[in-house]
Amino acid sequence: MSTLSEAASASAQDEPAPGRAWRPPSYWPFVLPALVVVLAIIIFPWLFTIWMSLNEWKVGSPITFVGFSNYLRMPTDPRFIEAVGHTLLYTVLSVLLPLIFGTFAAVVFHARFPFRGVLRAIFIMPMMATPVAIALVWTMMFHPQLGVLNYLLSLFGLPPQLWVFHPATVIPSLVLVETWQWTPLVMLIVLGGIAAIPTEPYESAQIDGAGMWQMFRFITLPLIMPFIFIAAMIRSIDAIKSFDIIFAITQGGPGSASETINLYLYSVAFVYYDLGYGSAIAVIFFALIVAMAALLLYVRKRTLWTEIGSGA
Amino acid sequence: MSLRGILGKIGLALAVFIIVSPAILFFLWMASLSVKFEVDNAAYPPVFIPEHFAWKNYADVVASNRFLTYFRNSLIVTGAATGLAMLVGVPAGYGIARMAAHKSAVVILIARITPGLSYLIPLFLLFQWLGLLGTLVPQIIIHLVVTVPIVIWIMIGYFETTPIELEEAAVIDGATSWQVFRHVALPVAKPGLAVSFILAVIFSWNNFVFGIVLAGRETRTLPVAVYNMISFDQLSWGPLAAAALIVTFPVLLLTMFAQRQIVAGLTAGAVKGG
Repeated sequence: MSTLSEAASASAQDEPAPGRAWRPPSYWPFVLPALVVVLAIIIFPWLFTIWMSLNEWKVGSPITFVGFSNYLRMPTDPRFIEAVGHTLLYTVLSVLLPLIFGTFAAVVFHARFPFRGVLRAIFIMPMMATPVAIALVWTMMFHPQLGVLNYLLSLFGLPPQLWVFHPATVIPSLVLVETWQWTPLVMLIVLGGIAAIPTEPYESAQIDGAGMWQMFRFITLPLIMPFIFIAAMIRSIDAIKSFDIIFAITQGGPGSASETINLYLYSVAFVYYDLGYGSAIAVIFFALIVAMAALLLYVRKRTLWTEIGSGA
Repeated sequence: MSLRGILGKIGLALAVFIIVSPAILFFLWMASLSVKFEVDNAAYPPVFIPEHFAWKNYADVVASNRFLTYFRNSLIVTGAATGLAMLVGVPAGYGIARMAAHKSAVVILIARITPGLSYLIPLFLLFQWLGLLGTLVPQIIIHLVVTVPIVIWIMIGYFETTPIELEEAAVIDGATSWQVFRHVALPVAKPGLAVSFILAVIFSWNNFVFGIVLAGRETRTLPVAVYNMISFDQLSWGPLAAAALIVTFPVLLLTMFAQRQIVAGLTAGAVKGG
């Protein structure tokens, strides 16, 4: 590409015309250092992971090539199958709940009210705060005897819960933390969408006597749909590979009740040091994430947006 | 004001209260836990503001558990990983934007959707072979996985919106492409530098997964150190909460004062590492 444009501009320089002396310099020297870094820390690990996944590779034992047998192990590994189920449940809930609350929060933050800037800063703090630090405090709040959450439940006359200490409630409890943490990101993305909507539709709707809910349902919602979709996309990718919160609060427990694929991957690779099988899981996990993103993109393309909305 | 207007105002105030209170209450409770003695932290019904403040929780954290070592480790890892990322990422963002090489952004996208653990397996082996485990170098290198894509991604966006006419004029005046970058393009992109720097610092500072595998006893960063406190001090909540607050306080402060940059960066690419 660069040689073509260089040739074109060189010929232009033979007959100097006003304003045609601009010759695009080569930008490769600017990109080269980053290219080396990216090759070393992103591309190389990927190629190496694929190679490792084809080997029986345990720390301390000899390495033997085994073809696809690490991959064939997954469908017959009950713990892996179980982890896939946990991941699906965790991901679906951790996408839907932040989408609902985040959209509501965006509508609220679009209005003008005193201290809006400060309140917005506080609102986005959960997603910026160090995940391990907040996980620690949530763990204390979940404590069945001393935790503040059971006290709050008792104020409403509700029975105490075991939260993350019981297999049946552990995933919903973790989703509660994840929702608390990531609703702000959805809010920010959707707020960007709402801010781009012109005021005319609202003005004419008001003249026609439309109520708040009608204006939201028939004007705002269709126009911000593309933004909600972007938020859903990002949220899905982050939720499916969520690690810090789950690891710090439950380590996948009790038992393996909250063990997602990512948590299981950690155990296989760095607790059992079965690096070959761990690499195979990493490859399949990545393929799953790509497939999920592709599916969402496909759904997005199949959905017809309104004229203004398609601008996103 | 009409009755409807007043009702609307009350409704809005209520809505604001509902959406902001989970965050406010959480951080207030975190602060409350961190300044209470064990008696108050174990009390039922819970005590919100104690009669006696346990400031010694903070003193204990800072004095014990090699806290200063871990703090220094965090500073070095985040500082080096962010500095290196700016050094290679800012020029790269410029080059990619000017070459309009949008396809190269696919690599950034791959980095964005890859689980952090996938990098750890091969790089862990590599660092082992190189004999680097036990130093901070492996963590600095692997944090680049988080910081470099953030910086490149955000800088592409900023350099694409800066006008190219000035650069053309500088070239005609005989400036080299490095001079054009250094003296024309870079000053215009200053807001982008701030945004990418702040986000790279936060996501590197917060990173946990790389540290639990790569860090030894002497090379833990603060998030890993706090996590390791859990098993030792399960029952003393005060110092634990104090440690958690100390770790995340710099980030909360940044969020408060650099909110505009953070929002701009997050909505531009919604980058998050790990």
